[in-house]
Amino acid sequence: MSVRRLVVVGASLAGLRAVEAARRDGFDGRITLVGAEPHLPYDRPPLSKRFLDASGTDPVPPTFRTEEALRTDLGAELLLGDPATFLDTAARTIVVGGRTIGYDALVVATGATARRLPGAAGLTGVHTLRTLDDALAVRRALDSGARTVVIGAGFIGAETAAAARKRGLDVVVVETQPTPLVRAVGEAMGGALASLHLRHGTDLRCGLSVTSLEGEERVERVRLSDGSVLDADLVVVGTGAVPATDWLEDSGLTLSNGVVCDETLCTGAEGVYAAGDVARWHNPAFDRLMRLEHWISAAEQGAVAARNALNPAAAKTYATVPYFWSDQYDSRIQFVGVPQSDEIDVVDGDIEGDQHGVALYRGGDRLVGALAVNRPTEIMKYRGLIARGASWAEGLAFARSRSRSRHTTDA
Amino acid sequence: MKITVDRSKCTGLGICESLSPDVFEVDDAGELVLKTDTVPAGILSDVQEAVAGCPTEALRLEP
Ligand SMILES: Cc1cc2nc3c(=O)[nH]c(=O)nc-3n(C[C@H](O)[C@H](O)[C@H](O)COP(=O)(O)OP(=O)(O)OC[C@H]3O[C@@H](n4cnc5c(N)ncnc54)[C@H](O)[C@@H]3O)c2cc1C
Ligand code: SF4
Repeated sequence: MSVRRLVVVGASLAGLRAVEAARRDGFDGRITLVGAEPHLPYDRPPLSKRFLDASGTDPVPPTFRTEEALRTDLGAELLLGDPATFLDTAARTIVVGGRTIGYDALVVATGATARRLPGAAGLTGVHTLRTLDDALAVRRALDSGARTVVIGAGFIGAETAAAARKRGLDVVVVETQPTPLVRAVGEAMGGALASLHLRHGTDLRCGLSVTSLEGEERVERVRLSDGSVLDADLVVVGTGAVPATDWLEDSGLTLSNGVVCDETLCTGAEGVYAAGDVARWHNPAFDRLMRLEHWISAAEQGAVAARNALNPAAAKTYATVPYFWSDQYDSRIQFVGVPQSDEIDVVDGDIEGDQHGVALYRGGDRLVGALAVNRPTEIMKYRGLIARGASWAEGLAFARSRSRSRHTTDA
Repeated sequence: MKITVDRSKCTGLGICESLSPDVFEVDDAGELVLKTDTVPAGILSDVQEAVAGCPTEALRLEP
């Protein structure tokens, strides 16, 4: 059966890349892009970075394409403002706002939703940071000089704290784990990176949880598990995101921390592929199921999922060495690979002491991950090594040759 | 084919370097360096992937 209609659910990075790839490959059938948010597709990384900077004027939303470009250049029908609520894989239809829409090929790109804090409902001044509307609200609070408490020292929490400090505001970061960034870079390097907060005057409190948020209508205080109480006008909840799969509960797709897919991003239902933060696929590069919440894989998966959905007979596998970056204070942190490891070796610089350096991660006898802090020229070279399946010994030898050449250049 | 980079868009994230290390390299200051501005024989498809993969659409290939 030839594919005449492609439907993409989720109008963000992965969904947009799906539409673009379909057209780039010459697909001339109908494309419908369905998005729950009323906004045109926009870029999220800036939301916790420069979008929060004080600028005096209202910031421009980081929209990817104009409506005109989406409709005319890409020839996409836009259905924005209502979520898809149902998928019937036998009839090949979805339901959006009471309407039933048929598809030949479907890309599920509904991303992830910020985890909320239980018990925060009804209090104003408490925000997650996932959407443009969230970012506008956080920005407004920072503009008014809010005393800020950030819950969760992951990347989004850390970036938000940095934005508040840049404006000279008092900020406390509360984290239940013993160090920041445990999930992203592991406990040891998370500990080294705690130095970033301390150096910039952020009050970092690890190993504590929030027991309650207090206030009349607005949040006024945050109570912690050690009994301490923090005054707050703004609370930003950065405790992670959950894949947006609610609407697929009755679809028959396999859901387990995301939509489970094979190495071609196929969900198992005919014509249905998934991409981005919602997809948990078999990554051949590490031979395991992975769900990433990283910009680059979401963009790449969007394109692969659309191509495979349009031409399943020629479906290509998607293998990748995960990569993400984060900008905090004046530092750029970059990570490639996976943080689960048997040993970590700081091979260059001093990450804890002066926030510059490279750390390598060993899994068995393989190099599985690399962290670069303010070493932008190093990181992609390790991504190449990991992609080739380099051994730990090769990784260390390469690091030695890099630091030798660094010393020669410095001299 | 000639490669150009729009410096006002490039954020030095290095996606291009990971896809085509013979042409692109981010330097110590986080600035992208083109090791050559014409596409070397045999790696056009890598360079095309790098151009398509750049998150900020900073790269162009021109005849
Ligand atoms: C503040 C912030 C900063 C970030 N910074 C970085 C960074 O520095 N580096 C990095 O690598 N990554 C970063 N990320 C992660 C990156 O932005 C995500 O990986 C990427 O946005 C994922 O794209 P996606 O299209 O899969 O999902 P999303 O961007 O989550 O988009 C999914 C879309 O689907 C919509 N949707 C959900 N359910 C439905 C439904 N039922 N029907 C229709 N539409 C639906 C949602 O409204 C949403 O618009 C950041 C994320 C955030 C939130
Ligand atoms: S991928 Fe794009 S933004 Fe990143 S370094 Fe290359 S040209 Fe610059």
